[in-house]
Amino acid sequence: MRYDRVKFTLNGAVRDVAAPPAARLIDVLREECGLTGTKEGCGEGECGACTVLVDGEPVCSCIVPVAQVAGAEVTTIEGLNGEHPLQKLFMDEVGAQCGICTPGMIMAALSLGPAPSLDDVRTALAGNLCRCTGYSAIYRAVMKWRGMPIPETAGAT
Amino acid sequence: MAAVGKSVARKDGIGKATGGAKYADDLTFPGMLFGRTIRSTIPRGRVRSVKLDFDTAGFTIVDHRDVPAKNAVDLMSQDQPFLVETEVRHMAEPILLLAHEDKEKLSAARVEIEYDEEAPLFDPEQSTQVFKAIDIVKGDVAAALAKADVIVEGTYRTGHQEHIYIEPNGVIAVPEDGGIAIYGSVQCPFYVIKALRCMLGSAHPNVRVIQTETGGGFGGKEEYPSIIAGHAVLLALKSGRPVKIIYDRVEDMVATTKRHPAIVRHRTGLTRDGKLVAMDVDVLLDGGAYVTLSPTVLSRGCIHAAGPYSCDDTRIQGRAVFTNTPPNGAFRGFGAPQTEFAVEVHMDRIAEQLGIDPVELRRINALRPGDRTATGQTLRDDCSAHMVLEEAVKRTDFTRKRREYRGTNRTIGLSLFYHGAGFTGAGERNLKSKARLELTLTGVRIATGSTEIGQGTRTMHAQIVTDALAIPYESVEVAQPDTSRVADSGPTVASRTCMVVGKILEECALEMKEKLGGLTPAEYYARSGGLTVERMYEPPDWIQWDDNTYLGDAYATYGWGCDVVELEVDPDTYEVRPLRITAVQEFGRPIHPALARGQIEGGTAQGMGYALLERVVMRDGAMANSTLTNYTIPTTLDMPEVDVVMLENPYPGGPFGAKGLGELPMDGPAPAVVNALRHMGLDVREIPATPELIAACGTIA
Repeated sequence: MRYDRVKFTLNGAVRDVAAPPAARLIDVLREECGLTGTKEGCGEGECGACTVLVDGEPVCSCIVPVAQVAGAEVTTIEGLNGEHPLQKLFMDEVGAQCGICTPGMIMAALSLGPAPSLDDVRTALAGNLCRCTGYSAIYRAVMKWRGMPIPETAGAT
Repeated sequence: MAAVGKSVARKDGIGKATGGAKYADDLTFPGMLFGRTIRSTIPRGRVRSVKLDFDTAGFTIVDHRDVPAKNAVDLMSQDQPFLVETEVRHMAEPILLLAHEDKEKLSAARVEIEYDEEAPLFDPEQSTQVFKAIDIVKGDVAAALAKADVIVEGTYRTGHQEHIYIEPNGVIAVPEDGGIAIYGSVQCPFYVIKALRCMLGSAHPNVRVIQTETGGGFGGKEEYPSIIAGHAVLLALKSGRPVKIIYDRVEDMVATTKRHPAIVRHRTGLTRDGKLVAMDVDVLLDGGAYVTLSPTVLSRGCIHAAGPYSCDDTRIQGRAVFTNTPPNGAFRGFGAPQTEFAVEVHMDRIAEQLGIDPVELRRINALRPGDRTATGQTLRDDCSAHMVLEEAVKRTDFTRKRREYRGTNRTIGLSLFYHGAGFTGAGERNLKSKARLELTLTGVRIATGSTEIGQGTRTMHAQIVTDALAIPYESVEVAQPDTSRVADSGPTVASRTCMVVGKILEECALEMKEKLGGLTPAEYYARSGGLTVERMYEPPDWIQWDDNTYLGDAYATYGWGCDVVELEVDPDTYEVRPLRITAVQEFGRPIHPALARGQIEGGTAQGMGYALLERVVMRDGAMANSTLTNYTIPTTLDMPEVDVVMLENPYPGGPFGAKGLGELPMDGPAPAVVNALRHMGLDVREIPATPELIAACGTIA
């Protein structure tokens, strides 16, 4: 199999990996780079568990060939260094239950603008499946992060 | 500072939100191989030959002859082999196992299997092979039917449902000094131990199972992981190396268990003014190709089949039968969502035929303290059917909306439901669950086999121990379940982890408090060294149950719920748009309100998927839509707002009054949706109610 060198920025640092050009970005992240925070739920871009940011845009890393991120900036959940307020809010608001969708959910939520409506949040997260929460607690975490009022039925306990 | 009743910081830490939490696929071990399962491609027949059509260098290859002791998964029955010997009973049945260090080579390996095919049986109604039959008789249903003013009959059907935990199944078997360790995504580590002991026999005594962070279960990781663990262990024993088996989504959907499809028939006698006088119910579950847990799923399904109603003359007959489809198994609700769907839709059909308001019909018949259930159990004060019904009706302005929506494309419906907490009947007594508390230098450690699978086990158990022991919440730690060092607290199933295991922990904590005699953990340690308290569960002494007649106290207590669903239907496409769900649920007392609310919101979403979206298409005995592209679960755009109301009615036998909660929310949404559709004139009696199905059930006025 042919291995190419692919150079990209990963969580702020330059990475130069050898991989088959069609290798999935998720495999390069998890296996070559040892960053297992990006999760695989379906392998076909349907569940969003593997969401990472490429040049600031959320993408499903299970359907992105690594060659496509050459020269790009890739940010994974590890790139937030555990310091992003959304991370703590996901735990406090129980937006994370089993947690397997959480890294992808957080990365997708980062694309939201400063004052999202509940519908904006719904739309931004429409490609991310969660089987535990029914999503309401995720909305509470995201709206709180953005300082937006929480609708009564998605309200705090 | 009391912890119980407060949404305290969770014991999970921040790992789930940073990506630091380690799930099975995140672990690697030196020299690790990857495992792959070669499966049957026919639903029924016999294996004639297996041909390895690849260069086998570097491969570990295992078939049934490599099983050291018994080639049978030790569950309720020992009928299911780890690996096919000759007889194939369903599609995707495991036949051969391969392992290799290179994933590419592993997936490229070709195996040719020839079969002598036999005619498969797919229709449960044609099946004569009965895994379990149940006959619950209360009073004389035939005589009561003969005297009834009105008789209403109906047949209701529910489909398969796939769990779709977002983390597919996976385990790693790791040879270690004198034995083998299994790391995996499992709900019930001690079930895996039981199955492996049977498979391995006395030759390999040192087996332990460590639960890794688990990305959802919902019953789907109750019994099936025993099979994957067996496969990984066989490959690890043969290769002498760690072996990781992680299913991809398609394999997980095609090969693993699902919710049992059901056909439920009701024949109900009533007085003209709506009093139930006779309920004759017949429940048929499609068990699939092996017994798995079908007898107990049928049991819970039958016990809940008459709904939360009082009726002196009731008969419930049930059968779980064989078909040549992949075995069905545990799924949140465990038989009750099927039978409660049927009875709740039937109640609205009765209301329609009698010209009685569906709320009024339920007011007349819903169980009250002192009433007797279908199994003859006299309910105690913790029965809340009327409380949840009245709260839901009032909160949603149900009666007014019901009237005003008539003739529009908007509608509203409700369901009343209940769910028994803990194992059925004598189950908890037979289980003899244990929990352990260990003193540490700074506090205590909880050591049980109860798994955290998202629902909040760690946190909720720590809260109970905190308050019973009167120590700071921060000083309570929770051990990772490792069967070699925690007590067997029974499986993490059946809405029992809070009510049952939490109760044992409360008693452990009280005993430890007495032994500490007022000393802090550090002081006690300095004087006397360590301290461990282990206790066994004692169910309430009043529980009487007869496993032959199915009469008696089926459950120590029940949770109660009333769901109201408002929705719109597109008059041209019959697409349903849920607008709002109100979930009023009583489950004793919430230990952690935010986690409890999460159970209700999440269970309600699974129930909405069950009602409207989640259709498993079986073709030639295999799931034909085995991807998330064509098997769809609710997304953010499908789920409406859920208004959660948690009512309290403490159960004296639970820790701090708590009952079980996990499964209750699954029972209500589907009948509430279908009852709303009925109010529009759409005679739906089956789920999932896809647009195609609804269109065939009538036109929108």
